[in-house]
Amino acid sequence: MTRRYSAFSLFKEGLAGQAGWEPAWRSPQPKPRYDAIVIGGGGHGLATAYYLAKNHGVTNVALLEKGWIGGGNTGRNTTVVRSNYFYPESAAIYGLAHTLYKGLSADLNYNIMLSQRGVLTLAHSETGLETAARTLNAIQVNGIDSELLSLEEVKRLVPIYNWGPDARYPVFGGTIQRSGGTARHDAVAWGYARAASRLGVDIIQNCEITDFIVEGGRCRGVVTTQGTMRAERTGMAVAGHSSVLAAKAGFRLPVNSYALQACVSEPVKPILDTVVISPDTGVYVSQSDKGEMVIGGALDRIPSYGQRGNLPVLEGVLAGMLDMFPVLGQLKLMRQWAGIVDVVPDSSPIIGETPLPGLFMNCGWGTGGFKAIPAGGTLLAHLLATGRHHDISRPFHLDRFVTGRLIDEAAGSGIAH
Amino acid sequence: MSARRLSSGGSEIDRSKPVSFSFDGRRVEGFDGDTIASALLASGRRIVGRSFKYHRPRGIWGAGVEEPNALVDIERDGRSTPNARATTELARDSLVARSVNAAPDAERDRNAFLDRFSRFIPAAFYYKTFMWPDWHLFEPRIRAMAGLGTVDPDWMQDRSADQLNHHCDVLVVGAGPAGLAAAASAAAAGHSVLVVDDQSRPGGSLRHRAGEIDGRPGAQWVADTVAALEKAGVVLLSNTTAFGIYDHNLAALNQRHDDGRPDTLWRVRPKRIVLATGAIERPLPFANNDLPGILSADAALHYLKRHAVLAGERIVVAANNDSAYEVAASMAEAGAEVTLVDIRPAASASADKARVLGGRAVATAHGRNGVEGVTLDNGTRLTADCVLVSGGWTPSVHLYSQAKGKLAWRDDLAAFVPGSELDGIGTAGALAGEVALSRVLESGVAGLGQFAGKAAPPKSTGLEASLNTSAAWPKPKAKGRVWIDYQNDVTAKDVELAARENFVSVEHLKRYTTLGMATDQGKTSNLNGLALLAEATGRSIPNVGTTTYRPPFTPVPFTSLIGAKRKSLLAPVRRLPLDTVHRVQGASFREYGGWLRPAYYGAATSGSAAAIQDEARRARQSVALFDGSTLGKIEVIGPCAAEFVDFIYYNTMSTLKPGRCRYGFMLSENGVVFDDGILVRLDENRFVVSCSSSHVASVHARLEEWRQDRFGRDAVYIHNATAEYATLTVSGPNAKTLVEALGLGAALDDASLPHMAIAHGRFGGEEVRIARVSFTGDRSYEVSIRADRAEALWARMQQEGRALEAVTIGLEALMILRAEKGFIVIGKDTDGATMPQDLGVDGPRRKRVTEFVGRRSLFTEEGMRADRKQLVGLSVAEGEAPLGTGAHGIERTGGAKRSLGYVTSSYFSPTLGRPIALGLIEAGASRHGEVIDIQHLGMLRRATITAPCALDPAGDRLNG
Amino acid sequence: MQLFPCPFCGPRDEAEFHYGGEAGNLRPDGREVPAERWADYLHMRANPKGATKEIWVHMTCGEFFALARDTVTHKVAGSVSLGEAERQP
Repeated sequence: MTRRYSAFSLFKEGLAGQAGWEPAWRSPQPKPRYDAIVIGGGGHGLATAYYLAKNHGVTNVALLEKGWIGGGNTGRNTTVVRSNYFYPESAAIYGLAHTLYKGLSADLNYNIMLSQRGVLTLAHSETGLETAARTLNAIQVNGIDSELLSLEEVKRLVPIYNWGPDARYPVFGGTIQRSGGTARHDAVAWGYARAASRLGVDIIQNCEITDFIVEGGRCRGVVTTQGTMRAERTGMAVAGHSSVLAAKAGFRLPVNSYALQACVSEPVKPILDTVVISPDTGVYVSQSDKGEMVIGGALDRIPSYGQRGNLPVLEGVLAGMLDMFPVLGQLKLMRQWAGIVDVVPDSSPIIGETPLPGLFMNCGWGTGGFKAIPAGGTLLAHLLATGRHHDISRPFHLDRFVTGRLIDEAAGSGIAH
Repeated sequence: MSARRLSSGGSEIDRSKPVSFSFDGRRVEGFDGDTIASALLASGRRIVGRSFKYHRPRGIWGAGVEEPNALVDIERDGRSTPNARATTELARDSLVARSVNAAPDAERDRNAFLDRFSRFIPAAFYYKTFMWPDWHLFEPRIRAMAGLGTVDPDWMQDRSADQLNHHCDVLVVGAGPAGLAAAASAAAAGHSVLVVDDQSRPGGSLRHRAGEIDGRPGAQWVADTVAALEKAGVVLLSNTTAFGIYDHNLAALNQRHDDGRPDTLWRVRPKRIVLATGAIERPLPFANNDLPGILSADAALHYLKRHAVLAGERIVVAANNDSAYEVAASMAEAGAEVTLVDIRPAASASADKARVLGGRAVATAHGRNGVEGVTLDNGTRLTADCVLVSGGWTPSVHLYSQAKGKLAWRDDLAAFVPGSELDGIGTAGALAGEVALSRVLESGVAGLGQFAGKAAPPKSTGLEASLNTSAAWPKPKAKGRVWIDYQNDVTAKDVELAARENFVSVEHLKRYTTLGMATDQGKTSNLNGLALLAEATGRSIPNVGTTTYRPPFTPVPFTSLIGAKRKSLLAPVRRLPLDTVHRVQGASFREYGGWLRPAYYGAATSGSAAAIQDEARRARQSVALFDGSTLGKIEVIGPCAAEFVDFIYYNTMSTLKPGRCRYGFMLSENGVVFDDGILVRLDENRFVVSCSSSHVASVHARLEEWRQDRFGRDAVYIHNATAEYATLTVSGPNAKTLVEALGLGAALDDASLPHMAIAHGRFGGEEVRIARVSFTGDRSYEVSIRADRAEALWARMQQEGRALEAVTIGLEALMILRAEKGFIVIGKDTDGATMPQDLGVDGPRRKRVTEFVGRRSLFTEEGMRADRKQLVGLSVAEGEAPLGTGAHGIERTGGAKRSLGYVTSSYFSPTLGRPIALGLIEAGASRHGEVIDIQHLGMLRRATITAPCALDPAGDRLNG
Repeated sequence: MQLFPCPFCGPRDEAEFHYGGEAGNLRPDGREVPAERWADYLHMRANPKGATKEIWVHMTCGEFFALARDTVTHKVAGSVSLGEAERQP
């Protein structure tokens, strides 16, 4: 069986009809007892399981997924990776993720196609430039790469932008994180799954949590559709459904579930090189290596668990997109979809032990979960292995909603209300 | 070359109207009524495209929206459309079509060599390689191969697409026999009906397949029925694709036009939807089943009957069901030599002149750039220039599934059909698994539910169709390359590889192999793929299940979806009542909080920066005129109005005397300053909330929310009068002189009208309200008047101002004036964490006893922190330039930098002759005099923390 | 596009409405409210998957009302004005 991925192994398997590849991950029968249980087979959960094994040597781990791994927001996002954040707490957490992303293909022996084609954030007015400067300075103080671009530089980078006089959202300049870009979302899930499985993690799909085992006021395991599994520490990373599990565990979260939509055009020959974000329209666009324009925008306005797209929000997103790139008006929408995201008052993640001792959580990433996967995994693994916060995750504890010490990126970067 | 146009026949072509277009640089002749595909086929053209990954030569497969191969970039009348389907685009003179993903053209594609390396680049190979030394080194070349069609960089949209909202009783999707029967029945019952069909004419299968209804040939019945429907007022849209069913059964349609108009989006809200979307023929799994010259059997019949194009001379029809017999017979009838190879042992129907080989299957197709023959499973070799394939029929359940219908497996059809009832949605015809025409017609009427008419459905009076499908799924370990997804080059081996590697969820299969992710979204491929996955993993097909069906059914132009939301109609800006007057005065406009407002005047001669400086300087010297009409004017009226404003505001407002004004903050419940402004008490039970221009809507909404939550409609009434009045501001040392000259009839002496008081007057018979409030720090009068009478008042102000050397100022100068005084702009000098105590207003927090919005949040740990960011002034050394707005104050601990806060406003003050700035700095209120480092765009400077107010701290100018 | 029933205006397009929050989230008054209780009111939500009761405002008429609907299927069960909602909790 061929285990290691490389050009050579691909060539060798090519001669042998690709018959020798072993399963990317095992699908074992669940065991009644584990050292740790991770609920949620998205990027964060899979990364948690992997780092538990890799960083902490905790390999007797069950990863429970109610559907198929990578089927939630990991497989539904627009794959943007960046770490240009305002507050030092955010910079630390997204910076950790970004650093890990850069070495992830090698670490996992799985090409996640990190494509550092730059993330360009536009400024559409004089005020927009001031806001951009405020954010940029904060990012630079935080030690993250980011630079201001003049109008001419933006023009060179995005020649297909609407440079005409009738642009509703003209460009005055922009900022760019050149190390930002995209990664192949499915590959991140599968790469972590494969690496975790090899280190001994049991990945169990189609396994839904029906209840928590609570004894002596502590979470001691879970009851699932595939039986009962016990562990002294359980972690959950179930973006979009955090409140549902929290209810089963007997507490509430400062989370509202909303659909976030995305769509792709038909594939066309390369025409857009960077990821472009417009703060005024909320639209972000990139072109995938398959040639599809990948388009995202603002959240839906109606709280929802329905993982499906709709017209009103999409129409607005596309209107903004076509104002930016009128030339893309010759393209067609090929597929639209939605993921359910945890919307938190300060749009920052919640990481830490839950009100039910023994149960730890990683949730609340809102629209930014994909770019944070390696950090979310590292930090939840640290909590599960040690029972204590990593320095980077401490500010993101649930208690900030009582103390009022929110980490509100939108507030800081000038989008005050 | 084998396909050809017959000398007669073709129900849809008009031989008197020849059409000529270009394909890959060569002329193609056809007739009016041809599609690009039918004309290409008639011209004998075999290779019309290249597959996505291996650049395999590909020919036309289908005749409709399911087409995976024949994609073309088309240009007509100077307009480009990438990735158009040749099977649905009509052939037109002057049209230029180019094959996609091929260079220089489909015949001679220079990337065709890739196919020779296919064994080394199976599904998902890219996850396994390109990691060393780095993906970045490989990506550019892979990216250069991406995409199918090409975007025309000069494309421009010349007009907006129409968008229509349509209400009707019944929407019928699909104008085949089932759909037409449904429409006729609903119309007869008096319901309003909309029928849509994605083909160019109604009729569906009746336009190329046999059928007799109520004693008439199918085509005649279609014509009669359509005529009757139109007479009954039924709206019938051809070339219109129902692409989505969204929440609450909103159906979305995209209507194509042939006259150069952009497609039209229809949003239809019917009471009942009948889905009669038909079924799509599947390929059969044999080696090299992707060669050009291998077509869907039904498509070939379509081309024969509608376009008089015979797909080949020596035709092998490969089938697993009865539907191919009519095809074989028709091909033979048209003059081809036809052999029908049926996997079923006993042929269940006859094919007239065609030879039938029962119990046999095609194992391999041969040929280099097109099919030349086939080898059967018994080794028999047949020569053929065309292979027509019917691997069974897949009901088009897409819309049904979008509407969250549950599918059921039908073994006899080897397909999924709708399996559960949906509210307001019926299914009919081939979609519902019906085959026999009589059942198809009945199901159309039954699909109407309570909207069906009383009359019996039309009767099938001819031969009934049958299928008797015998499943013919791809088998594991088959020899050769069996294509599953034509466009994305997914073979049976790829599916097996995915299964071997544990990608056994159907969604994993899709994502790992890209099966069904091409522009056709797997219409011909998905079922074969998941059947093979089922076989390879020892599961049943229903157990494997399908992937989620997502809109749109077929790709929809972005322009349809945005309609008129373009240019100035995209988030339209609001304009001042005096917009044109300001234009005449030479104002340069900018957008502020959704309003288009004068930023400055007269920059044409001096440039914007100089104009702004000049306005700010002159405003302090004599008198300035400013249009402040956007300022909020929300009236709060009622017996509990005072109690209400006390609750709404951070500051106590009920102690305000009638005729007086007070400045205050509104907080959010999280204690953050949400808005600031002046509250005017007109009389005991009547207040005017004067909020920030950009917050009028949100403040109004908050007032309503609290009013309805805590007060009720008898206690407080709220009226947003912002747009009813224009507010014109007169400010400066000579403000009083100017206002007096207006002759408003109000006492303006400081005793009658002190700072923070109001007076009433008249201008030309119109009531005006004069508020002595100031955002400049100078003596100021805000005069509010009916918006439609403001022009005369403004003109009078300008006129009276001339003698006083008055200056009209835009918002930019006002921003300097207020910053000189340390007056804040919410959202600029505050952020989403700023509490009132951070702005130096701590009294109400400490002293108030009555409840107010956001109160408890001011006492959280965060609210009590000593190192909160507080409003300060920042000054720089003499001769230095202003600080950058957005610059950060920093401190260093060890090697690490930390932000202390930032510069929120920064200007050069022409009055003070030096830069001024405001900022939010940690514990700034107690650090006046301290010098801190300021970082901006990588450069470091130093600034001294000061009090926010830089000009006239004693406030003498208010009464000056 | 969803249709919401405004108790005052009848069924209207979703774009005319604005979400106000979960119904029944009563405000505790006073600066002495325990921090946890205040945080509960401010931030903690049931966020149910399935049937829910919410406060919405119909922006075109300005009236707030209670809406019963399903967060998965988006089916609307009904709506009542705030006054009525209080009378029948």
